[in-house]
Amino acid sequence: MPVSSDAPRPGSGSDTPVLSLRNITKTFPGVKALSEVSLDLYPGQVTALVGENGAGKSTIVKVLTGIYRTDGGTIEVAGDQVEFATAQDAAEAGITAIHQETVLFDELSVAENIFIGHAPRTRFGLIDRSEMNRAARALLTRIGATIDPSIRLRDLGIANKHLVAIARALSIDARVVIMDEPTAALSHKEINELYELVDRLKADGKAILFISHKFDEIFRIADRYTVFRDGQYVGAGRISEVSEDELVTMMVGRSVDQIFPARSHQAGDVVLEVSDYRHPTEFENIGFTLRRGEILGFYGLVGAGRSEFMQALFGITRPSGGSVRIEGRPATIHSPASAIAQGIVYVPEDRGKQGAVTGLPIFQNVTLPSLTQTSRRGFIRLAEEFAMAREYTSRLDLRAASLDQNVGNLSGGNQQKVVIAKWLATQPKVIILDEPTKGIDIGSKAAVHEFMAELAAQGLSVIMVSSEIPEIMGMSDRAIVMREGRMVAELHGPDLNAKTLVRHAAGITEAAA
Amino acid sequence: MIQRFLKSREAILLAAIFALTALIWTRFPGFVEPANLARVFNDTSPLIILAMGQMVVILTRCIDLSVAANLALSGMVVAMINAAFPGIPIPLLLALAVGMGAVMGSINGLLVWKLDIPPIVVTLGTMTIYRGFIFLISKGSWINAHQMSPAFKDLPRADLFGLPVLSWIAIVVVLGFLLLTSRTALGRSFFAVGGNPHAAVYTGINVGRTQCIAFIISGALAGLTGYLWVARYAVAYVDIAGGFELDVVAACVIGGISIAGGIGSVGGALLGALFLGIVKNALPVVDISPFWQLAISGGAIIIAVAFNSGSLRSKGRVILRKAEHTA
Amino acid sequence: MSLSDRHIPDRLTSPLQRLFRSWEALLVVVAVAIFITNSLASPYFLNAWNLSDATFNFTEKAMIAFAMALLIISGEIDLSVASIIALASTAMGYAVQLGAGTPEIVVIGLLTGLICGAFNGALVTGLNLPSIVVTIGTMSLFRGISYIVLGDQAYTGYPSDFAWFGQGYVFWVISFEFTLFLALGAIYTVVLHKTNFGRAVYAIGNNPTAALFSGIRVARVKFILFLLTGLMSGIAAVCLTSRLGSTRPSIAFGWELEVVTMVVLGGVNILGGSGTIPGVILAAFVMGLVTFGFGLLNVPGIVMSIFIGLLLIGVIALPRIWSRIAARRA
Repeated sequence: MPVSSDAPRPGSGSDTPVLSLRNITKTFPGVKALSEVSLDLYPGQVTALVGENGAGKSTIVKVLTGIYRTDGGTIEVAGDQVEFATAQDAAEAGITAIHQETVLFDELSVAENIFIGHAPRTRFGLIDRSEMNRAARALLTRIGATIDPSIRLRDLGIANKHLVAIARALSIDARVVIMDEPTAALSHKEINELYELVDRLKADGKAILFISHKFDEIFRIADRYTVFRDGQYVGAGRISEVSEDELVTMMVGRSVDQIFPARSHQAGDVVLEVSDYRHPTEFENIGFTLRRGEILGFYGLVGAGRSEFMQALFGITRPSGGSVRIEGRPATIHSPASAIAQGIVYVPEDRGKQGAVTGLPIFQNVTLPSLTQTSRRGFIRLAEEFAMAREYTSRLDLRAASLDQNVGNLSGGNQQKVVIAKWLATQPKVIILDEPTKGIDIGSKAAVHEFMAELAAQGLSVIMVSSEIPEIMGMSDRAIVMREGRMVAELHGPDLNAKTLVRHAAGITEAAA
Repeated sequence: MIQRFLKSREAILLAAIFALTALIWTRFPGFVEPANLARVFNDTSPLIILAMGQMVVILTRCIDLSVAANLALSGMVVAMINAAFPGIPIPLLLALAVGMGAVMGSINGLLVWKLDIPPIVVTLGTMTIYRGFIFLISKGSWINAHQMSPAFKDLPRADLFGLPVLSWIAIVVVLGFLLLTSRTALGRSFFAVGGNPHAAVYTGINVGRTQCIAFIISGALAGLTGYLWVARYAVAYVDIAGGFELDVVAACVIGGISIAGGIGSVGGALLGALFLGIVKNALPVVDISPFWQLAISGGAIIIAVAFNSGSLRSKGRVILRKAEHTA
Repeated sequence: MSLSDRHIPDRLTSPLQRLFRSWEALLVVVAVAIFITNSLASPYFLNAWNLSDATFNFTEKAMIAFAMALLIISGEIDLSVASIIALASTAMGYAVQLGAGTPEIVVIGLLTGLICGAFNGALVTGLNLPSIVVTIGTMSLFRGISYIVLGDQAYTGYPSDFAWFGQGYVFWVISFEFTLFLALGAIYTVVLHKTNFGRAVYAIGNNPTAALFSGIRVARVKFILFLLTGLMSGIAAVCLTSRLGSTRPSIAFGWELEVVTMVVLGGVNILGGSGTIPGVILAAFVMGLVTFGFGLLNVPGIVMSIFIGLLLIGVIALPRIWSRIAARRA
C-alpha cells in the first residue's frame, strides 16, 4: 500500500485519525488491565501516551500489535473496523512497534532484520540479497544512519539497533509507528538524532504513538497526548493546550500526601553500610548508610542500574569491589542464602519470574526461605508450616480462599503480599523492595505502602526502588538517585522534591554535574 | 570478511580437521590420497545428509532423535517392496522413501506444534515406535542382497564424473541447504524462530508451524537416506543404523549448531559431520579398534557443547558508559 | 498491626478428597483392571512364583525411576542412565578379572554410578549446560567406554554369592530386588514429600529463579540429584549384572526410554514442578503387569517397545487433547 494515500491531504488537515481505538477492554485473571479505554492517532502527528507504571500502556501496545486479543471495544483503521487476530494482521494493517527491549534477531543481518517477512524476491522466488541490501542501505540513509546492511545485528549497539527497527518500520510502509520508551537506553546525542528522525517520520505522514516517562521529551516532541491511569482513559488533547502540572495531575489523579501514610521518622543506629560497591559493567561508586527504621528510596530511570545493584547486594551477582558492613561488622555476601542468613532480603521487581513460585501453594511459598525453622532435622512439620504461613499472611491482610491455594491463582497485589510475607518470616534486618507496587491495583498499592510504613515503625530498615516519583516522595526518608550505573545524588528534606529527582535522574541540567 | 571468518567456529573446526588429517598423514600418507579422501566423503555422506535436516530442527530449538529409526523403517519398506515387486522403477521407490520419511517427520512436528509436547519426549517415543514397526512388517527377517534388484542396489554406487551417486546426492543436499538457509524466507525463519521466538511472533512468523516444517524436512531426508543406506549396504534388517541419531546430533553439536537454537550454519554442520567421518575412517587405519567410535562421538559432543557454552553465557547488562566501549 | 478479621482456612479439600481425584487413584484402577484382565486371559498368571518372576521386569528400572522422578521434577533429565549401568557393570566385570570378591564388586558398581552421576552433575551445574545434550553425550561416552573395554567380548565368572542380589529371595517368593524396590520407594517418598530437600526440588522445578532468590542452593540440589540418579543406576547395575551373571556392553540398552516413560506415566510433569513417588511406584506396577501380560501372550520384546513409546507420548498427549476438547465445549 503506497504511503502517499495516507499522508495528510491538503484541506482535510490531519484531524481525522488514521487509527481509533474505542472502549477497549482487556482482562487477565484477577486484573482488569484495560477498562474501556480510547485512543486516537493522527497522520503526521506524534501522540504521547502518558501514565504511571501499571496504567495499561504496554497492554495497549500489545493490543495494537495483535499480540493480545481484546475482550471488548472496536479498532478502526482509516475508518474501517478491523480485528487483529494475529500479529500478522496488525502488521498488514500497517502498524509496527519499536520496543523498549529491541525485539529483533541478533543472528540475522541488518538487511534481513529490516525485511524479514517481506524480502524482495528474484524471479525464482529466492531472496534477492543484493536488492535487499540496496533497499536496506537506502532506508538507512534516509534516516541518516551509516550502518552496513550486511553485518549481523548482534554486532550493533543499542542505538543502532533502534535505527534498524525504525528502518524496518519504514520498509513495511507502516502508517502507525509505536515507539515504546525509545530513548530509555540512549545517550544525549543519540536522543537528539532520534528526535530528528521522529520529525522525518512525521513529515512522511506516519502516525506516531510515543510512550515515555520523560516530560521534557514529551513536550519537545509530541503534538497530542492521551493519559491513562490504572487501565482507564483519563483524557486527551493537544500538547500545546496543557501544562506539565495538569498532565501530572491527570496521571496521578490525586495529590501526593493524601494517599501515603503519615510517618514520623526517628532513625536509629546504622544497620547497613555500603561503600564503593562496583561491578565491571553495571554500576560503580555506590555507597550509603541505612539506619534502623528508615525508608531509603532509590530513584532513577528504567535501566539506571538500580535493580542490578540490589541484586549484587543480595548476592545474586558478584560485585567487583566494595564492602558491606551489617550492624558495624564487615559482611561477605556471596549468595542469596548468605544474604538471607545475614538479615538482608530482596523482593524482586519481576514477581512472576523471581518472586513467587506460582505453581506451589501459598503456605509453601511463605516458608520456603525459613524451612529450617519449621522442620526438625530436615523433616517437614506441616502444622508449624501452616502456623507460620497463617501468622504472616494475616499480618499482611492477604485475601485468599485457602493457604493451600496456588499462588498463581492470586491477583498481583496478593501475590506481592505472599512474597513479602515470605521475607518477613525470615525476620530480616533490611528488606529491599524493588518496584513494590508495579502492576498492582490501587487498593493493594495503598496496603503495601501502609505496611511498609508499619515495618519501618517496628524497626525494620527498608530500601525501596521505585520509578514512581510520588511513591519516592511519599514514602522515603531519604532518596538516592542513580543514573547510568552511578549514584548521582542523595536527597532529603526540602531537596527531596519532584523537580530535583527528575533533574538528577535525567541529567539534563548543569546542577547534576 | 576474512577476519570474521578466521574468528568463526567453522574456521576453528576446519583447522581441527586439517590438524587431524595431518596427524594421520604423518603416519599413514595413504590416508590423504584423493581416492581415499573421496571414499571417506562417500562413507560420510549419509551422516552429512542427516546432519542438514537435524541442523534446521535444532535451529528452531527442537531435537529429532527419531532420524535413525525413520531411516531404518523407510529403508525396510522400500527394500521389501523391491524384493516383492522388482519391476517398480527406482525413482518411484525413492519418492516413496522420501514421502514416508516426511510423513514420519510430520508426526513428530504435529505433536510438537499442535500439542506442545517437548520434542525430546516426542522423538524419544517415535524413535522406538518407528523401530518397532520395522519388526512388525518384516517379522524380524532380513532382506538380503540377492532379494534386491540390481538397479535398486546400483544407484548409490553408480559412478558419475568420478564420484558415486551417493556422494553427489550429499553434495546436492548441502548446496540445497546453502540456498535454503541463506536465500529463502523459510530458511531465515528457522534462525528467527530459534533466535528470538517472541520477536518472531511479532514479525508474523508462526513458530509452531516453522518447527513442524523443520521436522518434516528432517524426516524427508531420513527417508531419502533410508533408501541410500539399504541399497548401498545391500541389506535391510530391524537394527540398521541403530544409535546413528547420536552421531547426527554429535555432528551438529560439534559443528557449532547451538542447542539453544538460532545459531548455526550449513558449513558448520558439514564440517561437524566430516570431522566424525574422518575419525571413524581413520580409526582402523591407525589401528585403533572401531569400538572407540561411540566414546569418541560422546566425548566430542561434551567438549563441543562445553566449548560453545562460553560464548552463550550472558555477561550482564552494560549500563556504565565507559564499559560500553570495552565490553 | 493490621490484624485481619477474616480467617483464611489452611485447606479447602480433605486429604481423602484429594486422594480420589488424583492421578494415582487412576493408576490404581488401571493396575487392578490389568491384573483382572491378565488373570482371565492366562491360567499361568495367578501363580505366586510367576508373579514374583514378573517383578524383575520393573524393579531395576523403577529404582532408577525414583531418582529420575526427582530430577525431572527439578526440571532436568538424565538420558545416560542405561549407559551408566553398562559402565558400572563393565567396571564390576573388570574387577572380577582382577580377583575382586563380592563386597568389592558391589562397592565398585555403586562407586562407578556415583562418579558418572557426579560427571553429569558437574557439567550441568558447573558449566551451566543443558542436561539433555550433556546426557546425550555421556550416554555415548559411558557406553562407548564399555565398548572400548569389552568390544564384542563379555565378562562372566562372577562369584556365586554375588548372584544373590539379582536372584536371591528374602522370604518365600519375595525377592531381594523386590524388597529393595519397596524400601527405596519408601525412602524416596519420604525424601520428596516429607523433607526440606524435597520441597527445594519442587520449588526449583516450578521456578528456578524464584527458588534461588529464596535462598535455595539450586546448583547444589541439582548436583545431588544427578549424584542420586548415578547411584541408583549403580544399584540397578549390581542387581542386573547379578541377575544375568554376565556383562556385555549392550547391557540395559534403551532402558532410559522405559525409565522416563515410567516417570511420566507416574504423573510427573515432563516440564518439571510436579509429580509424586507413589505415582511412580504405581506406574512401575502397571508397566510390569503389562509387560508380563504381553509375555504370557508371547508378544515379542520389540513390539512391547512400540507400546512403551505410544504410552510415553499418549500419557502426555491425551490430557492435552482432552483439555482442549473440554475448552472448546465450554
